[in-house]
Amino acid sequence: MTLTFELQKQKERTPVVAQTVFLGLGLVLLLLAPLFFYPVFLMKILCFALFACAFNLLLGYTGLLSFGHAAFFGGAAYFTAHAVKEWGVPPELGILVGVVGAALLGAVIGFFAIRRQGIYFAMITLALAQMFYFFCLQAEFTHGEDGIQSVPRGHLFGLLDLSQSSNMYYFVLAIFVIGIAIIWRIINSPFGMILKSIRENETRAISLGYSVRNYKLAAFVMSAALTGLAGGLKALVFQFATLTDVGWQMSGEVILMTLLGGIGTLIGPLFGAALVVTLQNYLATSEFPVTIITGVVFMACVLLFRRGIVGEFYNSRLGRRLGFEHRQKH
Amino acid sequence: MTMIFGIPLQAFLGQLLIGLINGSFYALLSLGLAIIFGLLRVINFAHGAQYMLGAFIAWLLLAHFGIGYWPALILAPLLVGLLGAAIERTMLRRLYSLDPLYGLLFTFGLALTVEGTFRYLYGASGQPYATPALLTGGANLGFMFLPVYRGWAIVFSLIVCIGTWLVIEKTKLGSYLRAATENPVLVQSFGINVPFLLTLTYGLGAALAALAGVLAAPIYQVSPLMGSNIIIVVFAVVVVGGMGSIMGAIVTGYLLGVAEGLTKVFYPEASNIVIFVIMAIVLLLRPAGLFGRDA
Repeated sequence: MTLTFELQKQKERTPVVAQTVFLGLGLVLLLLAPLFFYPVFLMKILCFALFACAFNLLLGYTGLLSFGHAAFFGGAAYFTAHAVKEWGVPPELGILVGVVGAALLGAVIGFFAIRRQGIYFAMITLALAQMFYFFCLQAEFTHGEDGIQSVPRGHLFGLLDLSQSSNMYYFVLAIFVIGIAIIWRIINSPFGMILKSIRENETRAISLGYSVRNYKLAAFVMSAALTGLAGGLKALVFQFATLTDVGWQMSGEVILMTLLGGIGTLIGPLFGAALVVTLQNYLATSEFPVTIITGVVFMACVLLFRRGIVGEFYNSRLGRRLGFEHRQKH
Repeated sequence: MTMIFGIPLQAFLGQLLIGLINGSFYALLSLGLAIIFGLLRVINFAHGAQYMLGAFIAWLLLAHFGIGYWPALILAPLLVGLLGAAIERTMLRRLYSLDPLYGLLFTFGLALTVEGTFRYLYGASGQPYATPALLTGGANLGFMFLPVYRGWAIVFSLIVCIGTWLVIEKTKLGSYLRAATENPVLVQSFGINVPFLLTLTYGLGAALAALAGVLAAPIYQVSPLMGSNIIIVVFAVVVVGGMGSIMGAIVTGYLLGVAEGLTKVFYPEASNIVIFVIMAIVLLLRPAGLFGRDA
């Protein structure tokens, strides 16, 4: 009796140990990464990774495919850039402006989109995001085709000079870790469990008495706000905000990152984002258009590789032995 | 000069005409989307790319082989339809058992690939396509000048829309299609080859998109981006109309085209977004869409 109990306990402990080791290793790698790679490249990966993780909160954990997340990403980039440049607010406040703006935008788009399900939901988010794109094209403060240029990075809390790229990198890393921690907290809360139940069986969740609409809208707004966090950060990293970030191609890109990394895995989108950004950087100098590769990878992922990189790892023998129990939607 | 709501009649009618032309393309494209969705439960994101492909094939046929508009009007849809059928048979078919969202993602990837390839080969700028000799010139209607080709585009797209509707509602093939939409298993047990029907449907939908593309070639410039510009608007049209009925898709297409044209007269700044605004209003009042049956 005691023996079986001990064995069970040990069985439970190994996964926790393994996961902690993985997490620690990952953090150390991220902390040391600027020694080996170009910081702006790394920051770009982290921004997109946070974007994709926030997107995955909706797709992977609530089962809603939004085709309009570029509106929140690019919108927040505009809001942050405008606040920092025109109002002269410090960077931390500028990012807050981006987050709040994206959350409000998410509340509006989400309000309309959750009225339909599945494929219609995707089309509505796409259409409304496109509407926001046209708004950005015509609005005064976005400066149309030029975008908002030379956005100052400023001093964090008035102390830390963010124009130094190593300072900026650790600031981005800190925000990234905080963002992931928030997402982790959301999906492991009772609220997150209800989201998963909506993903698995919406009708049943309704019959159990949950007001599914409110939960969906809340998830949508949270995802939009976290996307805004990534977008605002990106505006500070690159010091500009342009129409590229609000276009539908960007919404497609984030779907690809999530799909490639693993839908419904916490850190999968990080790997997806790293791969896609690396590919873009690699092809940026050549004539070859990146969309061809993106499109082919998209088709290949959907046909052959629906679990994504991290999902496949979790489902592999090694992954199972390390205790990454994992269930995904197919 | 005659005025209507403080707008010169000519400007009003001119925009109405442009609205009707845009509406013709919205109707043709949303019709194809509705047919494909009805049977395959796939939202064909590649529909815009197939529209672009139709226009490009017409342009390539003319530029490299000297084959004119009229043969292209048949050849381009045929080629794109065959290509669509091949894609359905080899790839799209594997996704039917999965969540419909995978079909959307797959066709999105397909659209990116096709569009990227044509951008790579022909650049992002548009290529002009000459109006066929038979349809050049214009007719003076007394109150306005109507280019013959534009009139032809409207009439021809109406004929195609109504023809397609008749095929689906009144012929034996159409009844098979409708039955397979309702209950594919039962239809198959009656000895009808449903997988073949699916291939045929996707091919037909793609061919319709290509036909719209050829029709559009002399009006808009033939550019690799023409498909992705229009497809998002067509999605909004489909949300407004609901995909429950073929006729609904056609009517909504024309209506929204006209609404867009009229907005250009009265409030030009909003003409880009008016269809999306209408979509939002319809979602508030009638979430299933104007003609939709599904909730």
